[in-house]
Amino acid sequence: MLWSALSLTLGYNATLVTLGATLLGIATGISGTFLYLRKNALISDAISHATLPGLGAAFLLMTGVGLDGRNLIGLLGGSAISAALGLMIVTWLTTKTRLSQDAAIGSVLSVFFAFGVVLLTVIQALPAGRQAGLETFLLGSTAGMLFNDAVLILVLGAITTSILVLFRRPIILVSFDSTYAQTLGISPQKTDYLVLAVALAVTVIGMKIAGLILIVALLIIAPVAARFWSEKSDTIILISAIFGGLSGYLGTAISATAPGLPTGPIIVLCSFVLFLVSFLLAPRRGVLAAARSFWVFQRTVHMTQGLLSIAQNQPIYEPKTKRILQRRGFIRADGVATQAGRALAAKTLLNERRWSFWRNKMQQTGDLDEPIVYSLVSIETKLTHDQIESIDRGLSEEQQERV
Amino acid sequence: MGSDFVALSLPPLLIGLCASMACALPGNFLILRKQALIGDAISHVVLPGIVVAFLFTGQVSTWPMMIGAAGAAILAVLLIELIRRVGRIESGAAMGVIFTSMFAAGVLLLEQSDTSQVHLDVEHALFGNLESLIWLDAEGWASLFQIKALAGLPVELLRMATVLLAVSAFVYIFWRPLALICFDEPYARTRGIAATALGFALVTLTAIAAVAAFDAVGSIIVIAMIICPPATARLMVNSLRSQVIYSQVLAFMATVLGYMFAGYVPLWLGFSNTLSAAGMIASMSGVFLACAALFGPHRRRNI
Amino acid sequence: MTNFALIADNGAFVEKNVDLESAALNIQGMTVSYGSDPAIYSVDFNVAIGTLTAIIGPNGAGKSTLLKAAMGIIPTVSGQVRFFGKPLSKMRHRISYVPQRASVDWDFPATVKDVVLMGLYPSIGFFKRARPVHLDHVHSCLRKVGMQDFSDRQIGQLSGGQQQRVFLARALVQKADVYLLDEPLAGVDAATETAIISVLKDLKKSEKTVIVVHHDLSTVKDYFDHVLFINKSPIAQGRTAKIFTEENLSITYGGQLSAAKSGLAGA
Repeated sequence: MLWSALSLTLGYNATLVTLGATLLGIATGISGTFLYLRKNALISDAISHATLPGLGAAFLLMTGVGLDGRNLIGLLGGSAISAALGLMIVTWLTTKTRLSQDAAIGSVLSVFFAFGVVLLTVIQALPAGRQAGLETFLLGSTAGMLFNDAVLILVLGAITTSILVLFRRPIILVSFDSTYAQTLGISPQKTDYLVLAVALAVTVIGMKIAGLILIVALLIIAPVAARFWSEKSDTIILISAIFGGLSGYLGTAISATAPGLPTGPIIVLCSFVLFLVSFLLAPRRGVLAAARSFWVFQRTVHMTQGLLSIAQNQPIYEPKTKRILQRRGFIRADGVATQAGRALAAKTLLNERRWSFWRNKMQQTGDLDEPIVYSLVSIETKLTHDQIESIDRGLSEEQQERV
Repeated sequence: MGSDFVALSLPPLLIGLCASMACALPGNFLILRKQALIGDAISHVVLPGIVVAFLFTGQVSTWPMMIGAAGAAILAVLLIELIRRVGRIESGAAMGVIFTSMFAAGVLLLEQSDTSQVHLDVEHALFGNLESLIWLDAEGWASLFQIKALAGLPVELLRMATVLLAVSAFVYIFWRPLALICFDEPYARTRGIAATALGFALVTLTAIAAVAAFDAVGSIIVIAMIICPPATARLMVNSLRSQVIYSQVLAFMATVLGYMFAGYVPLWLGFSNTLSAAGMIASMSGVFLACAALFGPHRRRNI
Repeated sequence: MTNFALIADNGAFVEKNVDLESAALNIQGMTVSYGSDPAIYSVDFNVAIGTLTAIIGPNGAGKSTLLKAAMGIIPTVSGQVRFFGKPLSKMRHRISYVPQRASVDWDFPATVKDVVLMGLYPSIGFFKRARPVHLDHVHSCLRKVGMQDFSDRQIGQLSGGQQQRVFLARALVQKADVYLLDEPLAGVDAATETAIISVLKDLKKSEKTVIVVHHDLSTVKDYFDHVLFINKSPIAQGRTAKIFTEENLSITYGGQLSAAKSGLAGA
């Protein structure tokens, strides 16, 4: 069952849904990355909640003039307008009043959503309203997806994401350093508007499948997960698109295998699993790798400092340092250094002296811009034999001067 | 405005008032700490909390669900903090990852479990059922003084009032340290204030207020009331004390006016249906905020 | 065996075996890191009672980190901090910390008086309102920094220099013995700089200990009697007259020295 869903052989409709959700995942993954890089991830929450009054108003308006209130394009158009209005209010509140962005986002999303709910109660009171099925937009539904819907998602998703991919250089520049971008003639405001407009479009397109609450998840989770794997923005965007697409693809496939597995939540949970894997296992930024390198670093610091104390005949104060040295057999239980400890301590002190001599020389000549801590690595691994020899000559000259 | 009002409108109104004010009070400190959206996160994770509680107990009863919801809220707060610190993710994004995932899990669990016979659905959690909290024993204003009739008041009222009292007591007792951690958390730490614990207590209490409120009035009011009245007050006055007082007054007014607009105005205008009271109350708080943002004496940044 | 220990082999010796009780602040082997990239490494730092010490070094050298770690605001990888020979937890009431001005949102709904009162927090207690004696004390501290006329002013309406003076007043109401100030002179007007320095010198006169993260090399000699050069690791520390040399400056600042020295007259 799962296999046939994955291999798109579960029938016309299921295939359509799978393709649509995969494309949606890619589109949200890409546009969400730009929001995330701009530290603006939760604005998607405001966008999605602010669609509701537009949805209701569009339905009322279309029914009022005698059209079918359920016309998808009309409903999505209405949603887009009210979401755009919500976004403008968020921007206005943040720039023109003293409210911070989180308060602006929160107030817009709650008030717009509440007003949308009021409109929904109006609609339910209408004779035509009972079958409106607008509630499906809250949690999403793929059951009634038509070929036209899939094409709509495909076309709009392709247009919007290709806009972002085309303009990615200026947008990334602004996210990295908006002041510098301004000096190059790039307006941070304009690129922000572009990103928001695309996020808005993707939200509105995806609402039908994922629902307006869960579309936020698609815009946030894949980018956050992708961030763990790379420091390069292009790579992050690519990985985020892959994660998003994969979540959409796997999510719809799994949801097709049994009843009671709603598509939207399953897609979200798939992307959460991808997040969890990235969070834990990604090299360098992942939690396990970071914890391990921190642990190694901490041990090295304590070892080095402890050994230097031994070499200089000073007491070791920190219990942790003592523990680490003792476990490795460099000191005895009473704190006295062992033979091996003394030998390594002398070596460590020499390393420390060589490094600080080198650093001072480099600093004085201005060849070392960044303050770097070298003492924790052996100098032999970084400098050539000749360099070390010249350092040693310098050290002994200094020693003589002092005597 | 006689016995009908006392029986049908007074209890929901009072419950709404307690809920709004209990949410607005901690909201003052949350918006100053730039944590306004924690209310949004909390109100989303209430759903998985109640579903899990339902799956455990097999019935729709108040206390297990409240405990489940509060547990989910606290779990969400802890997880957000965990992935924010450990994974070095910006707090908005951390929030977004956790609350949407937990909400999705809630919807999935709901679909998986057999809840068809019970009134447990997403809309209920969102919209509440303020209008149904009526006082059947009331026969008029006089009932307010009859112990026997009072015993028939909706339990939600007592619960919400207790929560309001608890939140007020917390804010009163911890006023100074709360103000200090909102203004300058590192400094507060150097003065020996357990800033992390106090911040967590603030969020936990907000979660409890939110959970108590959502059952009666739905989560829409919760998010709106945590943010809108304090934000409105912030644009109108310039001292923490007056901001807190104003936020309470605004929450009060939004509830009364919103309730009226939802329950009475449509009828006066000749419509046969009332509107969602929760939605209307929240919308009203938004109207206040809009007015303050346009005309509030302290709407602009000082610096 | 000599009593001196090498910190960095550049001729700057530091007495390590000092009497802990006589040091207002004693830091040993402190390392702080974000991930596995050290912000400060193996810092030993001793401050004698009644001194006025500057911590100087280039941007990113870990000056503020050192203060924050000493105050227990950020966790350390290794190292011990002692105030008057005892850990911070036992000495909090005697230590006063002034964070960087930019670290808080000055649009907070509070007046100058409110902020200074925050410095009295533990002594006022939970329920009690500030008593007249507290307010008198607040006003006298505001007078010391020349802000007595601003006590009911909204903090958002203050200039940068005035904000910094309010922060200093908040530290003064604490009546502490050790004052740690993070860049109190960054971006302030000349009048504020004079006011702050005169307050700090008065503190020193009354045997208080003051430690200041400082960035302006041209004023070090005039303002401070002791100095710590730091660039991730300590470079040199001691009396300004002896330690504030061209050699230590160039070791500390390296390639950034010419930029840092613009304004440094004949050091």
